[in-house]
Amino acid sequence: MSSSTLVEKTASELSDLLSKKDISSLEIAQACLTQIDRVDGQVHAFLHRDDTDFLAQAKASDERRGKGNLLGPLDGIPVALKDVISVKGQPLTAASKILQNYISPYDATVTRKLKEAGAVIGGRLNLDEFAMGSSTENSAYGPTRNPWDLNCVPGGSSGGSSAAVAAREAPLTLGSDTGGSIRQPASLCGVVGMKPTYGMVSRYGLAAFASSLDQIGPFSKTVEDAALLLEVISGHDPLDSTSFPSEVPSYTANLSNSQKPCVLGLPKEYFGEGMDDEVRNAVDLAVEFYRTQGHKIVEVSLPTTELAVPVYYVIATAEASSNLARYDGIRYTTRSEKAKNAIDVYAKSRGEGFGEEVKRRCILGAYGLSSGYYDAYYLRAQKTRTLIREDFNRVFKDVDAIITPTAPTPAFKFGEKSDDPISMYLSDIYTISTNLAGLPAISVPCGFTQRKLPIGFQLIGRAFEESSLLSIAHAYDREHKFGCVVPSLVKE
Amino acid sequence: MKYEAVIGLEVHVQLETNSKMFTRVPCGYGHEPNSLTDAVVLGLPGALPVMNLEAIEKSIKVGLLLGCKIADTCKWDRKNYFYPDMPKNYQISQFDQPICEGGEVEIEMPGDSPAVMGKHRIVQLTRIHLEEDVGKLTHFENDSLVDYNRAGSPLLEIVSEPDLYSPEETFAYLTSLRNSLIYTGISSCDMEKGQLRCDANISVRPVGTEKLGTKVELKNLNTISGVKNGVEYEIKRQIKAIEEGEEIFQETRRWNPEQRYTTPMRSKEMAHDYRYFPDPDLMPVKIEKEWIDRISKEIPEKPFDKQRRYMDDFNLPYSITSALCPDLKLCEYFEEVNKFTKNPRKIGNWVVNDLLRELSSRNKEQTKSISITDCPISPNDMAELIELIEKGTVSNNVAKELFPEMFSTSKSPSSLIKEKGLEVKSDESEIESHCEQAIQDDPDAVEKFKAGKEGAINALKGKVMKATRGQANPKVVDEILRRLLSN
Repeated sequence: MSSSTLVEKTASELSDLLSKKDISSLEIAQACLTQIDRVDGQVHAFLHRDDTDFLAQAKASDERRGKGNLLGPLDGIPVALKDVISVKGQPLTAASKILQNYISPYDATVTRKLKEAGAVIGGRLNLDEFAMGSSTENSAYGPTRNPWDLNCVPGGSSGGSSAAVAAREAPLTLGSDTGGSIRQPASLCGVVGMKPTYGMVSRYGLAAFASSLDQIGPFSKTVEDAALLLEVISGHDPLDSTSFPSEVPSYTANLSNSQKPCVLGLPKEYFGEGMDDEVRNAVDLAVEFYRTQGHKIVEVSLPTTELAVPVYYVIATAEASSNLARYDGIRYTTRSEKAKNAIDVYAKSRGEGFGEEVKRRCILGAYGLSSGYYDAYYLRAQKTRTLIREDFNRVFKDVDAIITPTAPTPAFKFGEKSDDPISMYLSDIYTISTNLAGLPAISVPCGFTQRKLPIGFQLIGRAFEESSLLSIAHAYDREHKFGCVVPSLVKE
Repeated sequence: MKYEAVIGLEVHVQLETNSKMFTRVPCGYGHEPNSLTDAVVLGLPGALPVMNLEAIEKSIKVGLLLGCKIADTCKWDRKNYFYPDMPKNYQISQFDQPICEGGEVEIEMPGDSPAVMGKHRIVQLTRIHLEEDVGKLTHFENDSLVDYNRAGSPLLEIVSEPDLYSPEETFAYLTSLRNSLIYTGISSCDMEKGQLRCDANISVRPVGTEKLGTKVELKNLNTISGVKNGVEYEIKRQIKAIEEGEEIFQETRRWNPEQRYTTPMRSKEMAHDYRYFPDPDLMPVKIEKEWIDRISKEIPEKPFDKQRRYMDDFNLPYSITSALCPDLKLCEYFEEVNKFTKNPRKIGNWVVNDLLRELSSRNKEQTKSISITDCPISPNDMAELIELIEKGTVSNNVAKELFPEMFSTSKSPSSLIKEKGLEVKSDESEIESHCEQAIQDDPDAVEKFKAGKEGAINALKGKVMKATRGQANPKVVDEILRRLLSN
């Protein structure tokens, strides 16, 4: 099978081919490397590659297969990770200059789980510095480009993870989602991206942005593949106190359970102003599909929607200001050469090491926690967060899932929003509430604009009901498979 | 004008737990620098804290012993500040919901003599909270070195109300608190190893006034006597300043134990804004009533309660109990001996005088100290020795000579007596010949006795005892001498 055909396969297809011994894991790995060599000069999804290690892992998988010691359906399948997830012996930069020389001495829990499942861990994927941004323009190592239009952003912050799947450089990737950082780039790159319920996937080994909001999640071409990857990385972890002690059901086995009709809620606040017409039409068509399949569509109201962005930017930045304090030039981060004393080491190392957006958020967050401002900002934001959560709880009494657009617009051009933080922040308007409420949500590709830019819709589910959410998403995706449409860049 | 001091103490106690407060790395002292670390202690990207259950239990134990109200939820906050002693640049602590609130410490002031009990008083506590300890910095001329071995160890902060009024009370408070903490087994409270550290908040005001003066926080009080001296100095400094018309500033000062004075560290204006907020990495943990009930079953009797009971139940004198009761293990030893021979007063004397003397002299000889828990004399042997004296099998003097040997060999008193042939001799013919010899040797004493000087017989008894190496039964000697002298 040709290398270009291999990279277009889904992970499930590759898994089938591997078990039929039609192909080897090494061939898949080599096909990925060929594709990266071919397109990544333009896309720039990867910050770092260790080809020797990558191929060695693939060979080890083939040997296991030869001996019949397979570790699961992911054995031999490449998975590349966003550069905030620790892999022992590999760099972790968080796309920041301040961590440019850091090598992680330990595996994140998701990395350990992937290794135990036999997955072939790929290179380090680009992002907005410390996952702060919606376009991957904030990477200290240069932006990632959208494989559907190299003049457009891939979304962010997990832009490298979404672009790598769209450009067929990896069948599966992991990203992290704090306010939409998986779903928004998935939507902009035309792939599937899912944020699990807060507490479903261990955060141990994920360089934190905002601890109470961060979740690791999968990117893939199909919902089926997302289920496959999520199944491996989910589950309780004693090393993460916020990890939820629950059993992980077999998401892949439950995928076809959507035959029974369910109730989908359309929140009216999400379909107001600011939404691109083409996005609206594509999402309307997806809603229409569910209706014709016998599902009930009802209008619901989430009145706290407009509060989500301001609440998010108080809480996320407050946590970030504290989480990022450790990058201080003292131990493992880059130290300023201009520093003359201890205070200087902090101020100059952080001043030189962090990019503008990171500095903006750290200052904003520290301000919201300061004595005299805490009650007005942080405490109030936490109270409002409770209201947002209650809003969802109320709606979920009547519906099985909420359906919304993932992002208000398709991919935008470089520089279009980078000078206007507020307009950039608003590109997460449909995704942020679910992080504040801790709910699972998935972005599924649902078509293209006339200019051939992908569009996605979002399904939001009840906490810890990933199974039901995935099967509802799968019902659509199985019939459309927009994530399997190949960008022209790949075909050329 | 006369002034009085008002003092509040913040006492930090390192809990002795198997692992650190939020990770599996062991706690320890004296290891190679930065060897007791991992991703969590070093605050590496992605590392997350997980609460140490043993530390929570030990904190609840302290709270119960000191009569605190135990919180229904254990909640964690981040205290943010930039300083290299904490690699994350924040310390996980408890801000608005400490694990224990209120509580009290009973203190005793020195009595008129060591044999007399002093005045007792209750000192009120504000709160007790749990946090992670910070690393240790060593400063040199151009560099500073950081050791993170201590960083992340569980640390209990016990805060008193401003309810102490002199250096002596401060000393008494710290001593009593330390004894109680050691009683619970949560820490050895060794100040030299930094297991117990203390800051004092000190202000002075004219006697008879209510309003508190401006407080000064005093740091670096690293020994119990250092606390007393430091507090004493600072009180005098403040009174002198006020008398000279100076204003007291709210500031933090450092005690210099070698030069014996305090120097300013930072003023109120330089105080940090710690930007406390709930730690999003740690879920609040409910402290169930059943949990508290279970722990309360492990709470020992408080030192002063035990002392009062010993004085009442065993009729022990104050001087014995004041040596016995601060040390729970010593009390356990005492009670163990008392199970074998019901003679608490004698046991008390032997334990407090002879046993403690042996223990402390051995401690000086050896680098590794002997504590009562590995005392070479078993409670059974101790009881046997006392019984042998009571029965008259061995004289008190012989027993005193025997004791160090029991200590160094761990042999039972009966076997040592047998080995050395030290039993009391009551064989009358042998004793009689020694008595006759004594009478012959000391006609002077005989004459005095016969002239009615009763005490003169003691000189003769002494001679007989010396000749028999103390083994003659004193009663028999007395009888025979009187018989011979009356002839």
